[in-house]
Amino acid sequence: MSHVRLANVTKRFGQVIAVNRLNLEVERGECFSMLGPSGCGKTTTLRMLAGFEDLDGGEIRVGDRLLSSRSGNFYLPPEKRDFGMVFQAFAIWPHLSVYENVAFPLRLRKLPASEIERRVGDALASTNLLAEAKGGPADLSGGGKQRVALARALAINPDVMLLDEPLSSLDPHLREEMRFEIKDLQKKYGFSIIYVTHDQAEAMALSDRILVMNFGVSQQIDTPLRVYNNPANKFVFGFIGLSNFLRLVPGAEGLCTPDGSTIMPRDMGPPEGLLRLKAPLFLASRPSEIDFDAVSGLRGLVTRKAFLGEIVDYQVRVGDQDVRVQKGRRSPGPEVGEVCGLCFRLPHWYPVDEPV
Amino acid sequence: MNTIGGKRRFGAAEIILLLSIAVLVVVVAVPVLLILVNAFFSGGSLTLADVSAAFRNRGAWAAAATFFRLAVTSFNGHDVFKVLGESDTYEALLNSLFIASGTTVGSTVVGTFFAWLVTRTDIPYKQLMKGMFLVPFMLPSFIGAMAWKMLLSPRAGYINRFFMDVFNLDGPVFNIYSYYGIILVEVMYLFPFVFIQVCGALERMDPTLEESARISGAGLFTITRKITIPLVLPSILSGALLIMLYSMAHFGTVAVLGIENGIFNIPTLIYQRIHESAGNFASIRTGTVLASVLVTAAAVIIWLQNRIQGRGRYQIIAGKSFRPMELKLRGLRYPLLVVCLAYIGFTIILPTVVIFLVGGLRTYGLSFTMENLSLDNYKFILFDYQVTRDAIWNSVVLGFGAALVTMFAGVMISYVIVKMRVRGKGLLEFLGMLPFSVPGSVIALGVILAWSGKYGVNLYNTVWIIFVAYIARYMAFSLKANSAALEQIHDSLVEAARASGATTWQALRDIVLPLVRPGMIAAFFLIFLPSLRELTVSIMLYAPTTRTIGVAIYTLNEDGETVMSAAMAGVALVIIVIGQIFINRITRKRSGS
Repeated sequence: MSHVRLANVTKRFGQVIAVNRLNLEVERGECFSMLGPSGCGKTTTLRMLAGFEDLDGGEIRVGDRLLSSRSGNFYLPPEKRDFGMVFQAFAIWPHLSVYENVAFPLRLRKLPASEIERRVGDALASTNLLAEAKGGPADLSGGGKQRVALARALAINPDVMLLDEPLSSLDPHLREEMRFEIKDLQKKYGFSIIYVTHDQAEAMALSDRILVMNFGVSQQIDTPLRVYNNPANKFVFGFIGLSNFLRLVPGAEGLCTPDGSTIMPRDMGPPEGLLRLKAPLFLASRPSEIDFDAVSGLRGLVTRKAFLGEIVDYQVRVGDQDVRVQKGRRSPGPEVGEVCGLCFRLPHWYPVDEPV
Repeated sequence: MNTIGGKRRFGAAEIILLLSIAVLVVVVAVPVLLILVNAFFSGGSLTLADVSAAFRNRGAWAAAATFFRLAVTSFNGHDVFKVLGESDTYEALLNSLFIASGTTVGSTVVGTFFAWLVTRTDIPYKQLMKGMFLVPFMLPSFIGAMAWKMLLSPRAGYINRFFMDVFNLDGPVFNIYSYYGIILVEVMYLFPFVFIQVCGALERMDPTLEESARISGAGLFTITRKITIPLVLPSILSGALLIMLYSMAHFGTVAVLGIENGIFNIPTLIYQRIHESAGNFASIRTGTVLASVLVTAAAVIIWLQNRIQGRGRYQIIAGKSFRPMELKLRGLRYPLLVVCLAYIGFTIILPTVVIFLVGGLRTYGLSFTMENLSLDNYKFILFDYQVTRDAIWNSVVLGFGAALVTMFAGVMISYVIVKMRVRGKGLLEFLGMLPFSVPGSVIALGVILAWSGKYGVNLYNTVWIIFVAYIARYMAFSLKANSAALEQIHDSLVEAARASGATTWQALRDIVLPLVRPGMIAAFFLIFLPSLRELTVSIMLYAPTTRTIGVAIYTLNEDGETVMSAAMAGVALVIIVIGQIFINRITRKRSGS
């Protein structure tokens, strides 16, 4: 049985439904990320899990413990939930030393002094903070503060660690380093991670599975690779990685661009089922998965070509829309002003009226 | 500088700089310096020159010995030690300290409690109550003191009389003419200093600092004790010291409530000495010594405040923030609401109503029945009574003039401080902010010393002496508002204008001035409104025809014309409230657009 379970969790702020009937299960020791644009409900979900927000529907359990339940009219306050949590702005208490920051949760649990000392030492050692233990947090860098926050969360040896955009206040190079440190700590202590971020690279690098959310609704829950390769809908396709969406409408000779100038060759078209709907469709593609193909029936005009180092970035005008194509710097390609043929390697098709 | 001025040695920048220095030196520096000079250097045989000479020649011990020898031998002379040795002075100093300490402790407790209540709990009508708790900022405390005198004076106070009549008590329920009465009234009108500071800190504080404590296992009580209070402590202390500073130097409440029982603090003692001797020089010199004591106390407080702000102020503000957690008061929600409403009703509404009612009475002491009440007093004050008509006119003209001059001088000086890279601008900043820490009665004394003919200009007994005193007193307000506005204007805006071909003057006129206009308008009203109800400075400087509104209310009250004084206070309140509404409307429109 999975460790953390959210069933039909719903949260409203006034008229806005921040989280809508979310179902989620996270295994013991799993690293699970919640990803989405700002305002999608990922942070609200984490805060409901932590207990900072009550639910308007559904329930949350960890193991066999009930944490929140609307129907059962039950709500366990955050201080009783025994989670470790790391916040975006670190939330290190400036009036306490590094050591006291880490010792705080242990002192509240009334552990014997020797035990507190041992655990704080252990947490500080794991985060390479032993040298700074006696100092004040004001002298630490952003990365140092983040280590204190991690050590503080580790101190109680929690089953579940909640991380709310913990790396987004850090410099990019430090971000990458801390990512691996978090992963190493997880290996050492064996806690589950529930991670909120809007940085997809971060989510993919860390996670066993990710949840993509939009407007409070779960869009897809799967491994990073499958989310990238098989996006469940147009939103997920657009949110993860670079993407092109070519809008096509049914015409007399098959699918064509809305201005009628360019017709989609039948052999490149969508599955018969979708074609039979006689509805506008999006052809979704990744810029790196489009080839220049002289014999392709889909023609476009190269309007921009930019050399970006490893890759060359093209903008190709297809009918009334632009398609972005990226090729390796050594592969040959057309010049600006030339007409070229395009071939989509792994196209995805989505109906235009699909709800986001 | 030369990068702007080019080859010309004397350009716009230099003119601005010199003018700024001249204004601050004449208006601020000279009066304050004259106080210290007069207190320590002239007159009797004790002069610091002797002491410092002894120090140079024979060292510190000799200097101390000289100091004490001179002090002892000059004990009969009119000098520092004479004044400081008097029991009156000693008592006034103790009174100032005692009242200020009591007021500070009371205001801090009340202000912090209400700030916590409206920011961190689910008490109903938060916004309304936050606004109401700031109303005392608007009400002049000496008018409040007068109202409380009408309610709680031992024999005639309405509340005391009510209880004495109904329950047949022998004595009053509460005697407002006492230390506790004074402290109570000061707390009512000064607690917003702490309230607003703590509200600000609690609202801006990163909520995750408390949330992380919560997820660590701490309950709300523990969080408040171990996290929240320590983090807002610098704000609490800073507000408390502000109240201490204000209360030590506060004239109105002590003057209205203390004189009956002979309770003087330093400002009221200065006033009394000068008033009873009709402003002769000996009394003014006494005043300067007392003022020096006050300035020293103020300097200590400001030094403490800087230390707190320098060391203790934590970076507790963060970008992304969710709503801070609210303590659910549950069963206490409505009882605490009642406490708040009772407090507001008791400290704001009750005194205001009493002022207006007493202002309508035929004679003080009558009961509030329809036949005893009329608008006659108000009519008399506004249309027939020369003294009050003059006072209103004087206050409006003085306030308007001082606000206008200070606004323009303030924008000029702020420009030098914020935008020009010149040496010595730190001195300008110090001079401009000096009156912020120098009590009003000290400024008034300094102005008397500087402008009563000793240095060629005699403004004494004219309205102009009040005018220069207002400018000195309110310059700091203008500098604050204008500096804030100027700091918003990036240097590149002016540089772009210069690059487009504008001269320094043109860049100032076409770019800087339009952009700082909101700051200037704010400065204008920050000065105009308080000056309408100003008492501390005007009371030391007025002549029979140059009364201000505050002086008129105060002197009518002192002369026993209680109903007239109350009616005048009522008129003043109406003017102040209308002015405040007007300002709120202007500033709201500005922030809206």
